[in-house]
Amino acid sequence: MAKTPVTFTLNDTEAALFVDPGASLVDVLRRGAGDLTPKQGCAQGTCGACTVLIDGVPHLSCLTLAETVQGRRVDTAGGLADGPALHPLQRAFIDGFAAQCGFCTSGMLMAAKALLDHNANPTRDEVIEAISGNLCRCTGYEPIVDAILSAAAQMRGQPALQQGAL
Amino acid sequence: MVAVETYQTVAEAAAGLGEGARYLGGGTIVMRQVNYGDQGFHRIVRAARPERGIGNDVQGLRIGAGTTMADILAHAELSFLHPVAGQIGGPAIRNMATVGGNLFAENPYGDMAAALLALDAQVIMAGGQTHPMERFLADRKHMRGLVEAVSLQRPQPGAFYYRKVSRVKPKGVAVITLAALIRGGEPRVVFGNMAAAPMRAHAAERALGGGVSEASIAAACAVCTEGLSPTDDALASAWYRAEVAPVHLRRMLESGGHS
Repeated sequence: MAKTPVTFTLNDTEAALFVDPGASLVDVLRRGAGDLTPKQGCAQGTCGACTVLIDGVPHLSCLTLAETVQGRRVDTAGGLADGPALHPLQRAFIDGFAAQCGFCTSGMLMAAKALLDHNANPTRDEVIEAISGNLCRCTGYEPIVDAILSAAAQMRGQPALQQGAL
Repeated sequence: MVAVETYQTVAEAAAGLGEGARYLGGGTIVMRQVNYGDQGFHRIVRAARPERGIGNDVQGLRIGAGTTMADILAHAELSFLHPVAGQIGGPAIRNMATVGGNLFAENPYGDMAAALLALDAQVIMAGGQTHPMERFLADRKHMRGLVEAVSLQRPQPGAFYYRKVSRVKPKGVAVITLAALIRGGEPRVVFGNMAAAPMRAHAAERALGGGVSEASIAAACAVCTEGLSPTDDALASAWYRAEVAPVHLRRMLESGGHS
């Protein structure tokens, strides 16, 4: 069956790929574009490990038909760091031990980024809501919520919050 | 492997449907089926410009089938539906899942469909035919054509009740969904996950016909599962659902309606 040409912006870089009919965006990002940061978890919209931003809005790439991102912007965790400089969210996740096995981390980071892009000073409940579609089977969520609040503080120019101070 | 056919409008997409085709809206149902190798279809039909947004028609509010849960939450005029849309999935799902898709969501999903059934919404098909939500949901597996929009009257403040019962906090898939519209002598009480599709609890409605009071709530709860066939799944047994349904109906009615 004929492939479909798709062009889109992937983390500030133009991507031009031929995709199989019916292919999901996560499959095309991983196998076609070589960006392994979105994870294929449940493939049914339950786990959130494949979360990416499409035009700045969180979407589940496993449930996104790849050809629908034609002409749009896709941001993944692979584009968070600026060269060797980690994004404050990434740094906070490391410092706060918010990643254990790490499988959920990419999706958590993008869900958190979508929140902080629009809300620089979220409440704890708003953070919990923002990641409510992302499952973590390791951390119990508290270190992740703390890390997101800490990153938000840093991005506002405040010092990083100490673990346990939140 | 499936073929993808993209049409510009819903009407064109409706004409393109046929043997072995599924319509792709937000993707949360059909892409899941694709990922799991569903062999029941080999064509995906989609519209580049589905009806998306909230407007007005002769009946009242018109909500395009392509309107997402996030769209509803962003629309102050639909504040009575915010408790429904806000408890569907996480932010990513709400940015994708559409009102039209929810009408076809099988148990344990379909919370918006349950709410729209309580609100006595009409389903508008591409081509203009309309179906009452109750008939549409009962026949949805056999319906031909595409849903273009739903229309409904805005409920009076406090007349719409909604409660989603989940095992996961802050939110999760529904064990039971309850919705009700209490207006005059024609109350509508709906349960989700208490039948193959969202269904009215007619016995409870009759009990509430004189209005909401302590006595009528007790009477409604006593008979609310009559005629229903609760789902039996990994979330809860049919027995459990039947046991707790009256409890949650009472809690919903006692907590007051949304405005």
